Amino acid sequence: MAEPLVEPHVLEYPGGYTRSVGPVIGRFLTGLRDGRIEAVRLADGRVLVPPTEYDPSTSAPVDADGPQWIDVGPRGTVQTFTWVATPRPGKHPLTKPFAFALIRPDGADTALLHVVDCGGPDAIRIGSRVAPRWRAERTGHMTDIEAWVPLGDGEEPEPAALHVPAEDEQPVTGITSTTRLEYNLTAGAATARYLEGLGEGKIIGARAPSSSDVYAASRGTDPITGEATSIEVEVKASGVITTYCVVNIPGLSELAPEIPYVSAQILLDGANNTFFGLIRGLDVDDVHMGMRVKAKWADELKPDHTSILWWEPTGEPDEAYDRYKDYL
Amino acid sequence: MRDVAVISFVQSAVARDAVHNEVEMLVPTLHAAMAESGIPKNEIGFVCSGSLDYLQGGPFAFVSGLDAVGAWPPMRESHVEMDAAWALYEAWVAIQTGEVDSALVYGFGKSSTGDLHEIMTLQYDPYYVAPLWPSMVDVSAMQARAYLDASGRHEDELAEVAARAQRNGRSNPYAVRAGDVNANDVLAQPVTHDPLRDADIAPITDGTAAVVLAAGELARSRCERPAWIRGLDHRIEAHSLGVRDLTTSESTRAAAAAAGVAAGEIDIAELHAQFSHEELMLAEAIGLTANTVINPSGGPLASNPVMSAGLIRIGEVARRIWSGEAGRGVAHATSGPCLQQNLVCVLESDH
Repeated sequence: MAEPLVEPHVLEYPGGYTRSVGPVIGRFLTGLRDGRIEAVRLADGRVLVPPTEYDPSTSAPVDADGPQWIDVGPRGTVQTFTWVATPRPGKHPLTKPFAFALIRPDGADTALLHVVDCGGPDAIRIGSRVAPRWRAERTGHMTDIEAWVPLGDGEEPEPAALHVPAEDEQPVTGITSTTRLEYNLTAGAATARYLEGLGEGKIIGARAPSSSDVYAASRGTDPITGEATSIEVEVKASGVITTYCVVNIPGLSELAPEIPYVSAQILLDGANNTFFGLIRGLDVDDVHMGMRVKAKWADELKPDHTSILWWEPTGEPDEAYDRYKDYL
Repeated sequence: MRDVAVISFVQSAVARDAVHNEVEMLVPTLHAAMAESGIPKNEIGFVCSGSLDYLQGGPFAFVSGLDAVGAWPPMRESHVEMDAAWALYEAWVAIQTGEVDSALVYGFGKSSTGDLHEIMTLQYDPYYVAPLWPSMVDVSAMQARAYLDASGRHEDELAEVAARAQRNGRSNPYAVRAGDVNANDVLAQPVTHDPLRDADIAPITDGTAAVVLAAGELARSRCERPAWIRGLDHRIEAHSLGVRDLTTSESTRAAAAAAGVAAGEIDIAELHAQFSHEELMLAEAIGLTANTVINPSGGPLASNPVMSAGLIRIGEVARRIWSGEAGRGVAHATSGPCLQQNLVCVLESDH
């Protein structure tokens, strides 16, 4: 058995995920850009903030226009909160300790979730009066309010700096959501052994316990019975092309060769499943089903997929269709 | 309604499994559950699972779970991106249609792989809430404060819940946090997410669970004392936290009423409470009294394999009915932030 293999993995959408916000949320975010908090009066008279495209009780549609839109706040009252002693850089809006709170703006019947910059956990309680600290440069995003801050008796909220619209400025129609999650993925026992094998110039598969089928690379189970595969088998680094495609799209990955090139499914000698590989060493027009190929190993072997550079013809006669017809 | 019973239940849980991937963790659980049911795989009518792709950070990660089932010949199968208790609900509905007489239900997940509490931020509103990155614990701490303020309860009552979970966990082989702990021990811990302490927050757990359901005579032929599902309902509340009344769980109350909880005494209840205050809120909403033993397994505060923990509540009640320890019990599962969606299942023995 191989050593446990745990590798870092980052889930991130480069540049962020572009979300359309629709006319109702768009109007609220446009209001934030202008330095105002807009809310909607629902059919039952309740004032909803932040507004949604639907009445949360009845699911009746909420119009983006009309007299039911009113300004609320800027003063608000803390409904509940918790203290964040260790902010997360790049995620939380503030870099110093702060409170997350549900804040009900004056004139509204619901609360919005935001951050309160109040210095310490003893400076906030349920019922605390707060007001927004607006950013000078606002883009139509929840963080246009940098934070809410405590408001003393009789104290006036700091007004938002005037937003000077660009000549061609439009209402807010979208936001960019940045998401980055970090993982330490466990390859699993079977995959770890397979990858270790690549570093030794071998293709390690596994035999299903209740049949003679061999899977390379095994994910740890026989996908037909669901049984764990524990019997290790080395399969040959040669086989037959079952099916393939000619790729004419450039830049699909950093490892992809110049176009056109061929991606193929290869039935390895001694295995009962197909294996993905690139085919090189001949004109793409000469690649065909039934062709015998062998692995071209890298000079420097590593326990990952870079150890097999590509697959190339062996020069042997083609395999008969019967050899691979069950693997198409 | 057809009579449907839980006839088999298997679980696994550890704090962190650094050797196996999710599929490898699942294989022994599934095969043990099928063996325990006495129904061969090719005779099981329907398969349904619950998992969360974001736990691994890969799209369609759940599809690989089928490698542990062995989906050949092609089978009737479905999946929910929710706790597997909702997969059980779907399987129960499938059996009610009369199309099938049995179902395999499973859940799996490794919460140790990423930062679970941060991953759960992605379930919030993506326009108004997620951009500020409150964690799952942050919003639950806000609910805890709102609940304590409205109910007049105190942090020492949270500590009682947290301590009992660890004491009950001592008899649960799948508990990852257990010990001879009292409320004062908990109160001596630092507050990490005001007003919550670590002991008030479910521990990170990797694990799996599987249940086999069977209808009527099939259940009776395979199980000496089937745990019959006598009521099953789930309800959801609004998505926006600022719209909801966070001091009570109205959706749990409605689900419990629809499931018929009040029709008889409740010997035991297993509640999917991932925070101490949730257990108090859920017990109130379901209408439990001092006559009911709550979370004899220790509950999620002792062991919380995400995406299985709700299904495990049903299994923990079922196995106590098989053994005769309980005659009637309630299992609860939750999904979404701050108890947004709640499922209540009433299980009974034959009278």
